[in-house]
Amino acid sequence: MESEKKSKHGKIFKWLDERYNLTGLIEFAKKKSVPKFRETIWYYFGGIALLLFVVQVISGILLLMYYKGTEDLAFESVHFITTKVSFGWLIRSVHSWSANLMVLSVFIHMFSVYFLKGFRKPRELTWYTGIGLLAISMAFGFSGYLLPWNELAFFATKVGTDIVGEVPLVGEPLLKLLRGGEDVTGATLSRFFGFHVAIFPGIFIILLTLHLLMIQRQGIAEPEDYAKLPPNEKKTIPFFPNFALRELLIWLIVINILAILAVFFPWELGTKADAFASAPVGIKPEWYFLFMFQVFKFLPGEILFLPGEFVGLLLFGIGGLLWAFVPFWDRRTPEGKRNKILTYFGIFVIIFILVFTILGFIME
Amino acid sequence: MKGNNSDTSIHNTKSKRRDFLNIVLSGGFIAWLGALLYPVFKYLEPPVVEEVKVSNVKIGAVEDMEKDSGKIIRFGNKPVIVIRKQNGEYIAFGGVCTHLDCIVQYRKDYGQIYCACHNGRYDLNGRVASGPPPAPLTKYGVTIKNDEVIVFQEAS
Repeated sequence: MESEKKSKHGKIFKWLDERYNLTGLIEFAKKKSVPKFRETIWYYFGGIALLLFVVQVISGILLLMYYKGTEDLAFESVHFITTKVSFGWLIRSVHSWSANLMVLSVFIHMFSVYFLKGFRKPRELTWYTGIGLLAISMAFGFSGYLLPWNELAFFATKVGTDIVGEVPLVGEPLLKLLRGGEDVTGATLSRFFGFHVAIFPGIFIILLTLHLLMIQRQGIAEPEDYAKLPPNEKKTIPFFPNFALRELLIWLIVINILAILAVFFPWELGTKADAFASAPVGIKPEWYFLFMFQVFKFLPGEILFLPGEFVGLLLFGIGGLLWAFVPFWDRRTPEGKRNKILTYFGIFVIIFILVFTILGFIME
Repeated sequence: MKGNNSDTSIHNTKSKRRDFLNIVLSGGFIAWLGALLYPVFKYLEPPVVEEVKVSNVKIGAVEDMEKDSGKIIRFGNKPVIVIRKQNGEYIAFGGVCTHLDCIVQYRKDYGQIYCACHNGRYDLNGRVASGPPPAPLTKYGVTIKNDEVIVFQEAS
């Protein structure tokens, strides 16, 4: 029985192997291994983000079957999806929840790479592509948030794009480019729809391919302490099948969590956006923008003759650039020294984000 | 020595010619790229849509609005907040918060104009009372003719 099956598979395998040298590929896969140490758990989050991205693509394509990206019909079409289409509520809820979980996993993945110093030479470009992927994930979130054309999204988009307009020189043209005019209107919706379903997926896939190719080419990063161990003390686990199977198990768990969230906490639609209604009390952006939003609440109108929101933008800009270019300014880690400033900066950023996010949730 | 000199001069003229070609070709390439991208960028810049000029808007009878309340009205394509004060007097301001573009509302409990996005507050003269707004709201005029409330743009 076993041999019979093997011979059938063997024939197909031989046919393919002759043409595509599968044996070489298998040899390569056999050699792949993952370092085994206390923090191996963090290595799974990139894979989780990847899984959730695939979920986003599939559920997004399904939503496209019914969604209509115009001012008059967007809200109604999402309402139609969630109330009339069979399992429409589920598909939309999965798409929204998966988006949030994906951004969360990307953030966890980034922080773990940061603290394990996975960005250090020779993996700088993997880090930069990762930063690009994070930026596009957030842009996906920001643009997708507007698509149901509800009140919350309308004002979040007004505020978000208005902050872009504060950037010196390029702000004003960029604002018009994003909004498709002076104000947030149906033109903005059309543009965001285009960004969300065509431009961002295109760029994302290119960056993701580069990101994964680089990891394949260089192998997975070893954390500092682990890298210093003598070779015979370095414990590893084979990528195939051990790590892959564990990743698969984690994917299964994530899909279950996603299903539970999507079913028991279906995403709300809210009320339709009205360009001539007051912003409702309790207006909030998506949670991953909340800390920035909250900071803007605390900034006074003017700081040292500069508009408060401009100062906020400047601070976030500088902080973001410092973060993105950490492989560039971190001189100690490549020399094999421990860079404490780096760790403190990372901890400060996490605490800052947590405090302002929590404040954003509890303050009216 | 002499031959060597002429060699370098030939080399120099050659490299000058090459430089020249490089400049012409790369310049041409940049111009070509510009010709390609210019229409794309221009295309992305939304055309200016002619606005219908509105100088005043009738919003109904005097008693339509309760005292101590406010509402957003359409003034052309701009939102304007109209407030009827406790004493029955009407006032109106541009409805867009000067901070980050949200639409404001009248809060009875504060007796002030309030923006829910970042807790900006304005007094009933449109001046910033607290919070992040950097500038006051634009004032609109209100008159009452034959029991009809008319909001109009004040000459700036």
